[in-house]
Amino acid sequence: MIPETTGPVVLFSLPLAAAVVVFIRPRWSVAVTLASGGILLATALWVVVAVLRRGPWRQDIGGWTAPLGIGWTVDGLSAALLLLMAAVGLAGAVFHAARPTGRTPVRDPRFFWPLWLFLWGGLNALFLAADLFNVYVALEFVSIASVGLIGLAGGSAQAAAWRYLLATLLGSTIYLLGVALLYGRYAALDLALLADGVEPDLVTAVAAALMTLGLLLKAAVFPLHFWLPAAHGRAPPAVSAVLSAVVIAAAYYLLVRLWFGPFAPLLGPEVATLLGLLGAAAVLWGGLQALLQRHLKMLIAYSTVSQLGYGLLVFPLAAAGAVQQAWTGAVMLVMAHGLAKAALFLAAGAIVLRHGIGRLEALGGDQQGVVVAWVAFAIASASLVGLPPTGGFVGKWWLAQATLATGGYFWLAVLMLGTAFTAGYLWRALQAAMRPGWETSGGLQALSPALGLSALVLALGAALLGLAAPIAARLLDAGSGVAG
Amino acid sequence: MTVYLSLSGVLFLIGLHGFFTARNLLRRLLALNVLTTAVFLLFVVMARLAEPLDPVPHAIVLTGIVVTVSTTAVALALLVRIAGRPRDEDDDAVAGPRGDAG
Repeated sequence: MIPETTGPVVLFSLPLAAAVVVFIRPRWSVAVTLASGGILLATALWVVVAVLRRGPWRQDIGGWTAPLGIGWTVDGLSAALLLLMAAVGLAGAVFHAARPTGRTPVRDPRFFWPLWLFLWGGLNALFLAADLFNVYVALEFVSIASVGLIGLAGGSAQAAAWRYLLATLLGSTIYLLGVALLYGRYAALDLALLADGVEPDLVTAVAAALMTLGLLLKAAVFPLHFWLPAAHGRAPPAVSAVLSAVVIAAAYYLLVRLWFGPFAPLLGPEVATLLGLLGAAAVLWGGLQALLQRHLKMLIAYSTVSQLGYGLLVFPLAAAGAVQQAWTGAVMLVMAHGLAKAALFLAAGAIVLRHGIGRLEALGGDQQGVVVAWVAFAIASASLVGLPPTGGFVGKWWLAQATLATGGYFWLAVLMLGTAFTAGYLWRALQAAMRPGWETSGGLQALSPALGLSALVLALGAALLGLAAPIAARLLDAGSGVAG
Repeated sequence: MTVYLSLSGVLFLIGLHGFFTARNLLRRLLALNVLTTAVFLLFVVMARLAEPLDPVPHAIVLTGIVVTVSTTAVALALLVRIAGRPRDEDDDAVAGPRGDAG
């Protein structure tokens, strides 16, 4: 029997090794990426099962222990995100492999596959990292790969990639300044070591504020979301999917890790309320902007700003006492959002290819070839809105219970209003399919069915997540560092 | 040591100021590098202040320099592409007036 500790090693090294191979041998790109994607998905599932069976564990690379060595932690939260990455990574790769070549001018197509695998490896490293500096390196890794992938779309996407690069580098630098202060104060970088020793003093508070600010910028939390819509809206479809679903969730993951780990003593009502208000503003502003968009992909991109706001509601609710419910609910929402949002972007990618133009008014009429994509779009929408029995419903239900348990009716109102916005803008998109469309010349009749199917599988995943809610709750409880 | 600490702070402020005021794309990138250098200086000061002397921040700064070189290289590559192609209205929102892209 192979020990579970092999799982993280595979998750970290396989994508990087595969990236090097496909860079040297571009001709093998699709085969190598899909094969390693399959292995990575199986490994992520195996790690999830292992966490469910034996609880979280920590492994030290090469036997060097902290503070000198580098450690990895695997618990319910990181296992869940590793699985999300594997699902989106594989589906996105299938989509990109099946896209009609020549029709969507991707500059330097041979760079897509190595960058895709590098991004995958960087995100896996981020979810495994157990110390603050490793997190910084992984964040930069992810930034570089994301910027490259956005820029591949050419044209105005390069300007969007530049804006994203500056925003994300500024975020990392501010984060690193916080790490420096924290190291000067405690001479430790390991999350577990810090969690034991942190005291609520001024230096720690400044460090926490800086690191949080940097991560909020990376998570595109209102009002720091200015870079997101252009970057996510203009990237190639598979890239938009992974950016919105996983890269944003990664910054959120770190916020949760920090504030429920080392910074837990600092999480007073004021800080928690501030973070919650930012989340509420994001939910409403993002929802409003999504309602006003004219392009399908921009609508979905603004929806990401809105949906991530829900995740921040965990802080005020947890500070008010409903830690377990708020925490499980928020993470469940972020997971369900990841699967649904990736499905939406892939479906939108297929639909835009079919009609040759992304304007909502142009998407009606003959839907031959993209019926499956619209079905996927509808199922993913149902999960984002939160219709039972989808994952989105379960997450919102748990969050709503947390608001009722703590008497936080303001947060409940935000939850309701955000849901109304979500239903509104997604209905606008779906309605576009039923109206007569424009006669466009750039559309394609013959699309590979794999385009719609890759979106459909992710959408079904988001829906089925709701049925698997008891398992998900047990997984997230597994050593999440949250006292129940 | 106070000198170096304040120098790090001043560098950080210069970097921030440059980042938010510069309209030239290359200048913004350089401002970001100044910002990162300020953080590295802070790490080195931390190493000197520790009792006994602490080697870990040096390792961190070395790694950080490698990371910064890579990100700067990527940024420059992107910059060359942006500067070298026909412009549209979207660039002007990013880059300011025409011909400002370095």
